[in-house]
Amino acid sequence: MALPFPLSDLLVILPELILSELALGILLWAAVVKRERERALAWASLASLAIAAALLPVAASFAGELPRSAFGGMIALDGFSIFFKALTLLAAAVTILFSLRFVGTSPYPGGEYYALLLLTTVGMMFMASGTHLVSIYVALELMALSQYVLAGYFKQEAKSVEAAAKYFVLGAFSSGVLLYGLSLVYGATGTLSLAGVSSALEAAPRSTLLMVGVVLVACGMLFKIASAPFHVWAPDVYEGAPTPVSAFFAVGPKLAAYAIFARVFFDGFGPRSDDWAPVLAASAALTMVVGNVGALMQTNVKRLLGYSSIGHAGYALLGLLAYRAGGAAGQPEAFGLWAILFYLTAYLLMTFGAFGLVVLLEAKGYATESVDDFNGLWKRNPLAAGAMVVFLLSLAGIPPTAGFVGKYLLFSAALKAGWPALVVLGVLMSAVSLFYYFRIVRAMYLVDGEGEVRWREEPAVAVAVGLCFAGTLAFGVLPQPLIALAKSCLLP
Amino acid sequence: MNGLLSLLILLPTAGALAILFLPREKTGPIKALATAVAGLTFFASLPLWFARGFRESAGFLFREDLSWIPSLGVRYSLGVDGIAALLILLTTLLSVISIYASYTAVKTREKEYYIFLLLLETGMIGVFCALDFFLFYVFWEVMLVPMYFLIGVWGGPRKLYAAIKFFLYTLFGSVIMLVGIIALYFFNTTGFLWWKGLGNAPTFDILHFHAIAPQIPPDLQLWLFWAFFLGFAIKVPMFPFHTWLPDAHVEAPTAGSVILAGVLLKMGTYGFLRFSLPIFPSAASTRWVQLTVVVLAIVGILYGSLVAMVQKDIKKLVAYSSVAHLGFVMLGFFALNNAGMQGGVLQSINHGLSTGGLFLLVGIIYERRHTRQIADFGGLSQVMPVYATLFMIIALASLGLPLLNGFVGEFTILVGAFLADWKWALFAGVGVILGAAYLLWLYQRVFFGELKHEENKGLQDVNLREVLTLAPLIVCCVWIGVYPKPFFAMTAPASAKIVAALDAAKGAPPAVAAALSPAPAAPVPSATPVVPAAALPETAPRGN
Repeated sequence: MALPFPLSDLLVILPELILSELALGILLWAAVVKRERERALAWASLASLAIAAALLPVAASFAGELPRSAFGGMIALDGFSIFFKALTLLAAAVTILFSLRFVGTSPYPGGEYYALLLLTTVGMMFMASGTHLVSIYVALELMALSQYVLAGYFKQEAKSVEAAAKYFVLGAFSSGVLLYGLSLVYGATGTLSLAGVSSALEAAPRSTLLMVGVVLVACGMLFKIASAPFHVWAPDVYEGAPTPVSAFFAVGPKLAAYAIFARVFFDGFGPRSDDWAPVLAASAALTMVVGNVGALMQTNVKRLLGYSSIGHAGYALLGLLAYRAGGAAGQPEAFGLWAILFYLTAYLLMTFGAFGLVVLLEAKGYATESVDDFNGLWKRNPLAAGAMVVFLLSLAGIPPTAGFVGKYLLFSAALKAGWPALVVLGVLMSAVSLFYYFRIVRAMYLVDGEGEVRWREEPAVAVAVGLCFAGTLAFGVLPQPLIALAKSCLLP
Repeated sequence: MNGLLSLLILLPTAGALAILFLPREKTGPIKALATAVAGLTFFASLPLWFARGFRESAGFLFREDLSWIPSLGVRYSLGVDGIAALLILLTTLLSVISIYASYTAVKTREKEYYIFLLLLETGMIGVFCALDFFLFYVFWEVMLVPMYFLIGVWGGPRKLYAAIKFFLYTLFGSVIMLVGIIALYFFNTTGFLWWKGLGNAPTFDILHFHAIAPQIPPDLQLWLFWAFFLGFAIKVPMFPFHTWLPDAHVEAPTAGSVILAGVLLKMGTYGFLRFSLPIFPSAASTRWVQLTVVVLAIVGILYGSLVAMVQKDIKKLVAYSSVAHLGFVMLGFFALNNAGMQGGVLQSINHGLSTGGLFLLVGIIYERRHTRQIADFGGLSQVMPVYATLFMIIALASLGLPLLNGFVGEFTILVGAFLADWKWALFAGVGVILGAAYLLWLYQRVFFGELKHEENKGLQDVNLREVLTLAPLIVCCVWIGVYPKPFFAMTAPASAKIVAALDAAKGAPPAVAAALSPAPAAPVPSATPVVPAAALPETAPRGN
């Protein structure tokens, strides 16, 4: 039987292939493993992620010259996708560290949990590589379906089920919208490959059909990164889902969604950027306002972080808008894009750090819920309180943290690209954000009295948080290596 | 002496780290270590005073320059001119004083308290040293965090409100300034929006921006001037951005108020001198811009004084007097002539000394009585004669009595304002009278009259430690009042350079500056020693 593609194309997706196999293997193993030995599954999952990460450079070297297109233009391997894949693997690994005890002590079997986490990671990795609307959509669904299950993993907890139901209904709806938009684009251009769409758009006259298609695709994607006005699901889902899963949702899927956003809109719809950029700009403005203002009123830590992640989606949209902004003399094009790469790395570190501390500090047997639970934390756990301050400062964009450098890069790129009003709105909103982030600082240091929080001995989480802490500070003080890396990934 | 500035920046942080490892209960060693570190930093900063270079040219000395983020053109670049050097000296002096003054005032969580004070010192020194915009912004923001904690943890009853208000207000101004910095960066390189860039290599070098100032088109200058104005005017604070100040001052612990008044507010005025005026000279000398700022400054003087007059709380009175004093400083700067500039710089220092002293004095009485209401006192001079004398000296310094520092500063500013427009001097002069009125009235109500309150009869007079904290301030007040020449000499070349840039932007001969000083303000680094420095101070005291 002749394959429709050269065998060497398989090498391009080697990490994804191996990771899928390992995920299925873990699923099978989970069927026979005893309940008390489930922790081995977690370590096996971590090992799988490590193997996939180690295979990334191998695949790159087999692929030969980057960017390498495979499977008839369905998949591409380039610096951009490798950077995103590495981030995704990191996000999954941190999530597993966060989940160890959570899953271990829950009444639900853990095997499927880890397998689903790995499968959703595979989906995200394919998203980062997709250069064809069909491969992107399939990857997106692989990611999303696994996540619906993860959101409702604690199936006897009403909140978790509610979160899963909301996520599923809205997610499926948005996928439908996205798919419909894709079909309209296909109708208008007659092709589904991004390169094909791009050249068709350059030639084709402006048409309503195409515009509607592009806007629908944008709506579907804005939903995935939880941007206004498609953000309402995010706080509910983050609040209801198990905390490690919330942490993962706030980071992982967004990373992948930004990757396809950049690809579809710039590699695909790029020639029509004058038409859709105002739509994205409006959404970015709305997202920054809604996320940051919405967070002002929150008293639940997870909801607060949920709203804050909406605000951050708005900042990142600025970077997407500035994708084509050239840097200063001697700097490559795509200033906005490497700004996003840096920013997302910083976002990963600081968001996981903050969520990790929420996992570590438990009140009434659960992960912390209320901001008041943090009252007086400095006295009982100065180390955790100090680390939290650093993460919150970074989220608010105060130097010397990675969050500041990331925001600085995004705002510069957006100003360079000619969006001064959005930049001013962005900096003002990031000043607003300080108010709600510092409600947690206020609770930890300023308010007298004792909160409910108790420290939970969990070395795995502590190690993960410690790494996030080191990264947040290190990339804040010495951002050069990461900037250089992000830039080198984008240069051909 | 290379590396001195880095040493000054790192010493307090190193001290803070060392304290971090001391056990919480050992408050004695913690206090001793904090004082020792701050004292060491002060002594390490003394070479700045003795460096002859500041008196000879406007160049930046003690330069350090290392690559930091080459991708963006960010450098770790430090250096000081005479103005920055004086402000650093003020910072290190006030830091050691406020740490020493906190021994008995702060009784809870001492360890964190001294850590935050030392971190704050690092931030403040860094702001005055930085010659790279990015680095400057980092220090500018970093400093907010320890101050937030100082107000929020050790503050008064409304500390939670005051702390976040302080942080948010300052942050709002700073982020707008950040947009201005980014815009400037792109203008220097490839341009943005409709402004064509200069095509230079990416840099954040402040001196480079000083050099390209004439090439910045006037419309862009105006935009950026206002962006920076917001950042600095909130920090100064100028009317109508001052409302965070009374809250922060009243709620902050004594040391916090001293640092806040003495140094943090100076960052705003320093920002005007280092950035707004030299980088956007044509915007700053545009008539309506100048008028707007001057009117705000004069309103600040009069409004601050009148509101201070009616305060019932001593600390709040002092806080509002800061608004008035800083109005004087801004008036001096925006007279845009040599006298105003020099007076403004000196008055910044004066305000740090005298208002810092007043806050220390308020702290001393508050520690004894746990009240600051004027109505709770009266006749204190009978039980606390030494305290009353010290208070008198500092209050007189603050209200501008000849032979004390306030007079020299205010007089020079008034000369500058008069040269620019006699009406400005007239309004500001009223402010001087009001200043005397509210301080003397306060003094009368607190120290004279009958000793009505039972609780006040047993009050202890100041002890040796308290006298020691005040003594350096009083010495400096008298020194500047009697012989301000070394201070003027130190800042003369730097301010002459700023005025020269402004005059060049106006396109007019430097007539105003020449009217006061024999030698015209030399444009940029001149090899000849600048004489006006010596001429100016002698005019001042003789005027009385």
